[in-house]
Amino acid sequence: MPDRITLVTALQGAGWHPAAWRAAGPAAQRLTSLRHWRDVVVEQDRLGIDAVTLEDSFTAGPTDPDGDLDTSTVVGRLDALLVASAVAPATRAIGLVPTVSVTHTEPFHVATGLQTLDHVSLGRAGWRIQVSPTTREAALFGRRPGGDDAATLFDEAREVAEVVSRLWDSWDDDAIIRDVTTGRFIDRDRIHNAAFSGSFVSVHGASIVPRSPQGRPPVFSLAHRADAAAFAVDAADVVLVTPGFDGLEDRGALALVRDAEQAAGSDVRRPVLADLAVLIGSSPAAAADELAALDAAAGAPYAAGSGSDTSVLATTVPDLLARIGDLRALGYAGVRLRPLRIPIDSTAIARQLVPALVTAGLRADVASRPTADLRTRLGIAPAVSRYARPAVTGVGVGSVSSGVSA
Amino acid sequence: MSAKRQVHLAAHFPGVNNTTVWSDDRAESQIAFSSFEHFARNAERGFFDFLFLAEGLRLREQKGRIHDLDVVGRPNTLAILAALAGVTDHIGLVGTLQTTFNEPVELAKQLATLDHLTDGRAGWNVVTSSDAFHGANFRRGGFLDHADRYTRAAEFVELSRELWDSWESDAIVANGSGAAGPLAAGVFADRSRIHDVDHHGPQFDVTGTFPVPRSPQRHPVIVQAGDSDEGRDLAAGHAEVIFSLHTEFDDAQSFYRDVTERLERVGRSKDELLILPGATFVLGDTADEAEERSRAIRRAQVSPATAIAFVEQVWNRDLSSYDVDGPLPSIEPDLEGADITRGRVRHTRDVPALVQSWRDLAAAEHLSIRDLVIRASTRGGFVGTPAHIAAEIDRYVQEHATDGFVVVPHTNPYGLDEFVDRVVPLLQERGVYRQSYDEGATLRQTLDLPGRVLDRQRVFA
Repeated sequence: MPDRITLVTALQGAGWHPAAWRAAGPAAQRLTSLRHWRDVVVEQDRLGIDAVTLEDSFTAGPTDPDGDLDTSTVVGRLDALLVASAVAPATRAIGLVPTVSVTHTEPFHVATGLQTLDHVSLGRAGWRIQVSPTTREAALFGRRPGGDDAATLFDEAREVAEVVSRLWDSWDDDAIIRDVTTGRFIDRDRIHNAAFSGSFVSVHGASIVPRSPQGRPPVFSLAHRADAAAFAVDAADVVLVTPGFDGLEDRGALALVRDAEQAAGSDVRRPVLADLAVLIGSSPAAAADELAALDAAAGAPYAAGSGSDTSVLATTVPDLLARIGDLRALGYAGVRLRPLRIPIDSTAIARQLVPALVTAGLRADVASRPTADLRTRLGIAPAVSRYARPAVTGVGVGSVSSGVSA
Repeated sequence: MSAKRQVHLAAHFPGVNNTTVWSDDRAESQIAFSSFEHFARNAERGFFDFLFLAEGLRLREQKGRIHDLDVVGRPNTLAILAALAGVTDHIGLVGTLQTTFNEPVELAKQLATLDHLTDGRAGWNVVTSSDAFHGANFRRGGFLDHADRYTRAAEFVELSRELWDSWESDAIVANGSGAAGPLAAGVFADRSRIHDVDHHGPQFDVTGTFPVPRSPQRHPVIVQAGDSDEGRDLAAGHAEVIFSLHTEFDDAQSFYRDVTERLERVGRSKDELLILPGATFVLGDTADEAEERSRAIRRAQVSPATAIAFVEQVWNRDLSSYDVDGPLPSIEPDLEGADITRGRVRHTRDVPALVQSWRDLAAAEHLSIRDLVIRASTRGGFVGTPAHIAAEIDRYVQEHATDGFVVVPHTNPYGLDEFVDRVVPLLQERGVYRQSYDEGATLRQTLDLPGRVLDRQRVFA
């Protein structure tokens, strides 16, 4: 059973505010070390956060008004999938959801990398699917000019999501038989070729990775607008939305997804999480002052439409709790919080917000929480393979977006 | 005594071929992280230089179906090595990764990440292929002409080095203050110390800023395993370790000389590159006991079905109706037909000569198909007491046949434990093997490599 509110923390650099590193202390010099990431993720794990997402891109960082790399803010990054893999052994219960782009990458590597994360985390992998729209990224690959329109990028991403899903299903749970009598290690009738040939990508064979604990790790996708919501409904199990973006309100952001579900003829209600960028202070005034100081250091306010694609809240634990309660009342499954400062605000989420949610009856106490795979934790039904034999499981064909509980 | 050459050892995670005995009572999962964790921790307990992992990009096939007799299935190389970074402190982590079915910016980013996450213990075994069989799992298919694969590999490595060099070591100048103090001033990074790459070559056009700051080793250690003429030249030009096939002493010595000469031709010295052949081992309290164990292991490795599959690969025919305990097929091999085996590295070129030599051997010693396969597929291993094996390893290294070995155990994950318990202490007693790791050493330092490969690269500062 999922908690009544799903709580995900979005990790990125020293935090989401462009000036966050200025408050990070010595951590600002350690953003590329395993120790830094392990410290941050282990704290979230111990205190009961459901999952962390890890941002990624092929760019070194944001650009300044002249289009050059903006070195006033954090630049340089590590590969998110590998960071998630490296912290997995040190964590016990938290979901690990790296961003992995599908635009310039190989679906086969994407699929096997995420399956491996699922194996090493014993069923706690997720995938934040993302496209890489910029010409900067295209130029780093040099294989296509870049500047593809959104429709093209989403169509390609749909194909990749489908082929990844097929690869994840390509080994049956019981494909490994170790039959000494016949000398056979596997039953090859229980391994299925992806046999996918699309307009953008083709993959013929099966995965090299045996079926992972979750089968198909849950897919997360961010939807700012209708076309992205339509993509998310096609490709994802969990949808992230951005109230505050381009005039969207809480209700409207959720409606984007519900409308897309209806348009797609899907009767599955996907869990929708509201993305909120948060600075947590001891009082509203203190929070406002701290954000103002960061904004002054950055030389520009950080707000929805100004550096952020979602609402930016300088808030307190009680106010954030109330906001989350309101979102829940509207039908949100929970929130993905983007801490403006890491570790200051990520620590506040774990150490202050979580206990407040428990007290408010919105989450179970960590100690009483059963360990579970990430799908279970998010309230998503187990992934039934599209190749499942009816006699064994009694369930038929699955697709990438099926298997989501209502 | 200090003049003694030091032995370098690498630990090969048991692979998806019939060297690995999955039918052993103690064989564990080939995919569970616990197997990898045990294997890595044990190799680290034995002060191995690095752990070595092969790569799979397509399940192997025989006669048009997935080959089902060996271990099948393995993890994504980069993801499992990153996870092992989380449970090891000293041992190098070396992965096999393709230059044909990857793009430089992505792979260089991943390898730089691994080098950061391990504090400088990453290595890359550069491999290249061009076949449509593997290509069918990738966007571009079998796009590369066979002749271009080493050209692409060389340019791939050179471009990767450009990307890894593009951030100067002191590019990040951030001096963040604590939560309590005033916010730090200044910039996070010095833009003038981050150099955009602008590479235009026959294989790649790459422009822009590399996403990863310079990693502890700057470049992961480059390993090469190709044995062809081009493969050896690629190694001489680019590699810091060769994972070689040459395990017999005389053969190993001549390979060592050949590589040394190739290095000289490109202006490098032998101390910039280590040669480590793969080698299996079977221990016993006596020589006889070791031989007995070896015979049992060979029979487990060559099951009846595996023996038939092995001769089928050479004959290129369905031989499933033959009795494995009977004589070799009298039918001639099919030299014209499409290859029945796919996804496996082939080392046999002259099939008729090979078949004739097998027939001669089988006739002279009255060998069945299975006996013959056991004989023909036995290569590159040490069998004996721990003292014998330690002495042999020492001899190979002192006499410049190798710089050490890539040790290939035959069971997963405990197969290396015995080597660590019984052979490593004897190498230490002989004064040819480390007693501990140097604290904070990078893989390049653990390998005693001078790092001159780096110095020849473009340097900005």
